[in-house]
Parts: sequence; C-alpha cells; structure tokens
Amino acid sequence: MTDFLQLLFSGMATGAIYALAALGFTLLWQASGTINFAQGEFVMLPAFMMLAFTSAGLPLLAAFLAASLVAILLMGWGFKRGVVDPLFKYGMMPIVVATIGLSIAMRNGLRAGYSAEAHPFPSLFPYELIRVAGVTFTLSDVGTFALALALVLVTQAFLSKTVTGRAMQAVAQNSESASVLGVNVPRMIFYTFAINAVLAVSAALLVAPTYLAKFDMGESLGTKAFFAAIIGGFNNSRGALLGGLIVGVSENLAAAYVSPSYKDAVALVIFMIVILFKPQGLLGRKEERKV
Amino acid sequence: MKRSTWLLGLLAVALLVAPQFLKNYGIYLLTYWLVFVIATMGLNLTVGYAGQKSLGHAAFFGIGAYTLAILMKAGVNFWLGLPAAAAICFFVGIILGFPALRVQTIYLAFATLGFNTAVWLVMRNEEWLTGGTFGINNIARPGLPGLSLDGNLAYYYFVLVVTVILALLLGALLRSPWGKAFRALRDNPIRAESLGVDIRSYTLLSFAIGAAYAGVAGALFASLVQFIEPGPFTVASSIMMYLMVVVGGPGHFFGPVLGAAVGVLLPEWLRFAQAWYLFVFGTAVVLLMIWLPDGLLSIPDRIRARKQSRLASQARARAAQAARAQP
Amino acid sequence: MTHARHQTRPLDKPLLKVSGLKKAYGAIQAVGGVSFEVQPGEIFGVIGPNGSGKTTLFNSMLGQITPDAGTIELNGEDVTKLGPLELSRRGVGRTFQTLQVFGKMSVRDNLIVAAQEHQGSMFGRMFAPGDSGLGDKADALIDQFRIRHVAQQKAGELSYGQQKLVDIAMAFMSEPDLVLLDEPCAGVNPSLVGSISRLLKELNHNPATGSRSSFVVIEHNMDFVMDLCHRIMVMVEGKVLAIGTPAEIRANKQVLEAYLGD
Repeated sequence: MTDFLQLLFSGMATGAIYALAALGFTLLWQASGTINFAQGEFVMLPAFMMLAFTSAGLPLLAAFLAASLVAILLMGWGFKRGVVDPLFKYGMMPIVVATIGLSIAMRNGLRAGYSAEAHPFPSLFPYELIRVAGVTFTLSDVGTFALALALVLVTQAFLSKTVTGRAMQAVAQNSESASVLGVNVPRMIFYTFAINAVLAVSAALLVAPTYLAKFDMGESLGTKAFFAAIIGGFNNSRGALLGGLIVGVSENLAAAYVSPSYKDAVALVIFMIVILFKPQGLLGRKEERKV
Repeated sequence: MKRSTWLLGLLAVALLVAPQFLKNYGIYLLTYWLVFVIATMGLNLTVGYAGQKSLGHAAFFGIGAYTLAILMKAGVNFWLGLPAAAAICFFVGIILGFPALRVQTIYLAFATLGFNTAVWLVMRNEEWLTGGTFGINNIARPGLPGLSLDGNLAYYYFVLVVTVILALLLGALLRSPWGKAFRALRDNPIRAESLGVDIRSYTLLSFAIGAAYAGVAGALFASLVQFIEPGPFTVASSIMMYLMVVVGGPGHFFGPVLGAAVGVLLPEWLRFAQAWYLFVFGTAVVLLMIWLPDGLLSIPDRIRARKQSRLASQARARAAQAARAQP
Repeated sequence: MTHARHQTRPLDKPLLKVSGLKKAYGAIQAVGGVSFEVQPGEIFGVIGPNGSGKTTLFNSMLGQITPDAGTIELNGEDVTKLGPLELSRRGVGRTFQTLQVFGKMSVRDNLIVAAQEHQGSMFGRMFAPGDSGLGDKADALIDQFRIRHVAQQKAGELSYGQQKLVDIAMAFMSEPDLVLLDEPCAGVNPSLVGSISRLLKELNHNPATGSRSSFVVIEHNMDFVMDLCHRIMVMVEGKVLAIGTPAEIRANKQVLEAYLGD
C-alpha cells in the first residue's frame, strides 16, 4: 500500500508538470486555434537558457525570471508574429506543419549549435525525504507538485477573476463578439502566448533537474502534453490539470504494476479511447471551434 | 504540357544512367531514396489527394518491413513475402480508416499518431515476434531464376522497376474516376456525399491503398538495409514523411519525388552534418508554410495564376481604354 | 448499386410528399409540423422570414439531420431516415446556401464527378477512362450555363457568380428528378439572377428529351420566386402559413401582414 501511495504521489508530481505544458497548449488552441507541435521544445530551450544564466552567475530564481522574459519575447511575441499571424488565414494544418518544422529546427539547432549532451540542472529543492504515516516522499516531488498545482490554479484564477483574464476568455470563445465589445483581440492573444511561454519555462524549471537538460527532452514531454490536453479536454483549462495528472499517475503505476516497457501504453490507450469516443475530452464541452 | 514531358524524360534517363557515375554507397543511397518515394506516394494519396490526416504512415512502413523479415526468417520466399506485406498493410489501413470516419482533422491526426505509437511499442517490446530492440538481421535480398539481386546495383534497378510500376498504377488510378472521387472527398466531403460519392468507402480506401504502398516500401526497405529495428518506424519518422508530402506539394504527382529527396536523400548524404541539415530543413519548412503553403511543386501554378491575373487586368485596362475612346 | 429511377409512375402520385415534419433544437421548434406535396415537373417555392425553418426543413428532407417526427415520401417510398448518399442515388439533388464547389478541380471535372457515381459500380470505375463517358453531358451543361470560357480553370479561382453557376450546374449533372435549391440567388448580382431564372426554367422542362425535373426553391428574392415558381409555400416560425400559386400568395392577407409587406 505504501508503495502504491508513493508511486501515486510521484506520478502526480510528474503529472503536474505535464499539466503545465498541457495548460499552455490548451490556452493557445482556445485563443488562436494554434496546435503547437513545438510545445516540448518551448520547454527545452528555456531549460538551456536557465543553464546559461546560472553559469553566468545568476542564482536559479533570477535565471528563471530572465529566461521567462526571453521566452515571452521569443516564444510569445516572436512565435505569434512570425509564425502564427501570417498563417492564421490558411487554417489549422499550415500552422501545425510550421510548428512541426519549428520543433525540428529548435531541437537540431540546439544540438548542432550548442550541445548534444545531457546536462545536469540545479534543483529548486534540496534532496530530502519526508515521512508521513509510513510513506516516504521526496521534498522534490512534494515541492514540484505544490508549485505546479499553484501555477495552474493561479493561471485559472487569473483567467476567471481578473478583467484581463476574462477578456482573454471572451476572445477564446468568440473573438468577433469580443472585438465588438471593445476587447483588444490581438493583445489578448499575445497575452495567451506570453502565459504559455511562462508556463513552459516553469515546466522546464521543474522537470529538468530530474530528467536532465538535453536537446531531445522536449520530444516525449511534448507528446505527453498533447495526450494530457486531449484527455482532459481541449476546450477547458481545468482539463489540462486532470489530463496531466492522469498521464503522470498512469505512467508511474503502469511502469510498476504492468511492465516498464509498456508504461507509455496506459496513457496511450486512454488517449485513443478519448479521441475516438469523446474527442472533446473528459471535461471538455462539445463546442465546434470556428477556425 | 510539353515541358513537363521533357523533365520527365530527363528524370528517367538520369535514374537509368546515374549508377554508372556513382560508387556503391551512392547507389545504395539512390535505392534508399526510391524506397521512400514509394512510401511517400502512398501518403500523398491519403493526405494530398484524399485530404485525410495521417501522422502514422511510418507504422505501415514498419509493418511491411517486419512482415517481410519475419516471413523470410520463417523460410517464406521474398516473392510471397512482398505481396503479403502489401496485403497486411492494406487491411490494417482499412482498420485505421475507421477512426477517420468518426473524427476530423486534428483529432484524426492525433489518432493516427496514437496508432503509430502503439505499433512501435509492439515492435520494441515483443521480442518473440520482432526481436525487440535487437531487431531482425541478415535479411536476404531476393533472387530471380538465373539472376541474383544481391548486389547494390542489381537491387537498385529492381527497386527502380517496382517504383515505376507503382507510379504508373497510381497515376492510372488518379486519372480515373476514383481520382476525381478522392479529390472531391478532399475538397468538399459534404457536397461530395450529396452528389452520390460514397465518402466512407473512399476514405477507407485512401488509407488502405496508402498503407499498402508503405507496406511494399517497407518490405523493399528490409531487403535493402538487411537489418531492421524499431528506430525508423517512430512517430518522428511519420512526421518526416508527412513533411515530405507537404514540402513536395500535396496532391502533386511528383511531390514525393522531391519531398523524399529533401527529407531522406539529403539528410543521409549529409550525415556528417545531419543536425545542421535538419535545423535548416526545419527552418525551411516554417518559411515554406509562410510563402508556399502548397509545397514546392505549386510554384508553376502560382506563376500561372499570377500571369492569368496580369492578363486579366491588362484586358480590363484595354477595355476601359476602348470605352473611353468611343466618341 | 444503381437504383431504378425514371421509372414510370402514375401521374396522380406526387413526386414528393412531406407529412407533419417536426424538428426541435432544445426548446426551439425549428420546424413545427410542415406538410406539402410537390408534383412531377413542378417548381415549388419556399419563402419566409429568416429563422422560419426553411433551411432546417431542407436539411431534414435531405438526410443531413434526422427529423423528430413526420415522414418524407419520394415516389411513394418512405425516405425519412435515409442519408444524403442514398437520397442522391434515388434522384435527389441539392445546392447549399454557401458555395460548395470542389475548389482545386477544374470546372469540367466538377461536373463530371457530380454524376460519375451514379452509373456502374465503384470497382468498375477503378481504372476506367477519366470522364466516365460524361464528357459530352458536361460540355452540354457548360454551354447551357455559358461558362465555356472558364471550363478548364480550377473552380476555386472563378468569380463568385461563376462559381455559383458551377455550383448549380453540378446539381443537375445526374439528371435528378427532384432538386432542392437553397437560395440560388444569394449574393448574386441582378443580371445573373435573370440568367439563373432562365436556366432553371430550361432545366425544369427539357423539350428535346421531354424530361421534367421538379424543384423546391428557397429564396428571398420575391420577383425571382414569383416569376419562376408554379406554387409557393410560405413558412413562418416553423409552420406553414399558406400554399398557393404566386397570384394567390400575393393576394393572401395573412401573408402580406406576416411577411411580404409590399
């Protein structure tokens, strides 16, 4: 039983990281119909940026802030203006293909231009064990889960309780009506991209210590983020959290109780079932999005 | 029309004659490219002509390769194994077509992606069948009575013949009413259905035929590289195949020729600088989407459309002038 | 695969009979019990304010959506539950409110594909000649619709009016007994409206072959409807307000109050 709880909890910690990536992914889709196949690389690149900043002498949190600023510039504003805006009128597939190209370029650009090696990444949390009722947790897992959960909830609170956030939601639901109501639609969409960038940097901060920073770290993370977003519900931000937790927990439990080589299969099966029978996701509404 | 026949003739001559100028490895590379031309032709049908979304094509490529390898290891002749690979992929392709009847666009893309992951997991884990990560090695090249296809040169010509036959078949299919039905399915499935086009059947067939082509390509691939393992059959490979169709030009018949050259031939040839090549390739894809979303082979169409609109506005200007000149 | 069409039918039987058709979307009764008949060779107009249920009526009749209640009979056969594919095989064609052409195919190919699935079998067509023997028919329609000069261009590259003509021509390639036209004049300039009216009259009754097609036409252009249709049905809020000849409808006080207001 203790084993199960430990696996459950560390799965939730990993799942919370997936939820961060999935949340950004979902927000981008809702606000601008963008399916971002480079989401994993949006996490990978800031990991290396933070490494660069820390090796230049900055403490980790300052590096995080600096990387967030750069990310907002490059993967928020730059991505929106350079890739999404010109392609928006052609529909969804050209954006999908462009983000695929972007992911290949980013991954290989880093590999060729900087390093093909795996780099250790400093952890926010010192290595410590916590014992509760006979179950052992690592401080890292607890901290990661708490932090990621906090970020997801803060983002959701921002979206539903602030004026700007509600304006962003209005744009996501119906950009024409929002525009008529005086909302600055392009700016709201930019804010969405900016939030996605920051969520990605946060995911990097939390995932890189365990899985190391490497040019291909984005591949599996990106895939898990899609799975999580679809399972949870593409048009519902709460879905990203649920989806992420489902993927993270099922992975961990499958690895232990089924077989390590099929640990990805459980999430995959859930994903396929959702796609085929409830494509709008477990928490999603059956809205048709006009793209 | 005449210029493209010229180019076609040039291409044919080049393909026939090229091996004379190349060393063994160069001939091997050309064969490698041809194998992917076949696979991409199939995907071009599914995605480019029938408008479906498929990010799982490498799975069929792999099923074809493993089918041939497993059968040959069990003593089955290559000439039985090749059609078996095609047939199995055809039927699996029909199965994959069923989700396409239920879900659309991006969800279909994700479903095919999931399918590919599932197939790859089986390839990697079921050692008793596929050899797992150790793969299957010592796959033989086929033989004909009195003629060995063992050498790279002979095998190249064999693959070239198969490519040409499959291209002719596909061309005939696309010129036939089926070709129009597929295009109708792509351009406007609702209108197509109200005109009596059985979009369900054509959707399934577009997946099945595309898969069969990938299956043949996979079987040829197995005998070419003579050792297969799950690596080339991942989602990443499927995505590259999809990009090859997109870069060449979806719905353009020779798109795969160009796409496979850019997606497979060049990276293999530039293996020493593969990461840089892929960086350039990825960037080129982004730029291509912004400037030429219909692929490289849409350039002639673009030029023609621009010329037509220039002629039209010239005609309008002349007409306006003539009207003004009336007393 | 082919279905017997152009079968001889007794002249007293209506081609189309709709009885008590109902369709609700949640609390909104879009179509609330509509009944009418269309005779062979008749041009039957459907008019009414926006939101009166006309397009929902069409979609229910054409199998795009399933009605909640009521029946649709075509040549005496109950076709209520059939989908667009089966209806097409039984000789029903339609045009849509928005342009629905095959943008990347040539105009001529658009027409050919519009009828090719109605003859022979799917596998018979597999490696058959490209135009399935429909080339002459397509050319004839192209000439009738006066779009010969753009016949080889991709349909998506034509002007709106030209695409509208292709759109309408496509519905007639398979010589359907019944064609449902949803706002054929929407967004079309006045001179083209006249051409469309003339074309529909020609297609309704072909003196050369003697064949007659029935139409059901939704339109807002009153002059067009009054000039073209043999009978007109007025719908308001999902129900039938009146059915009659153009003259009768013009004189109907209720219709004038509810809708025409001229």
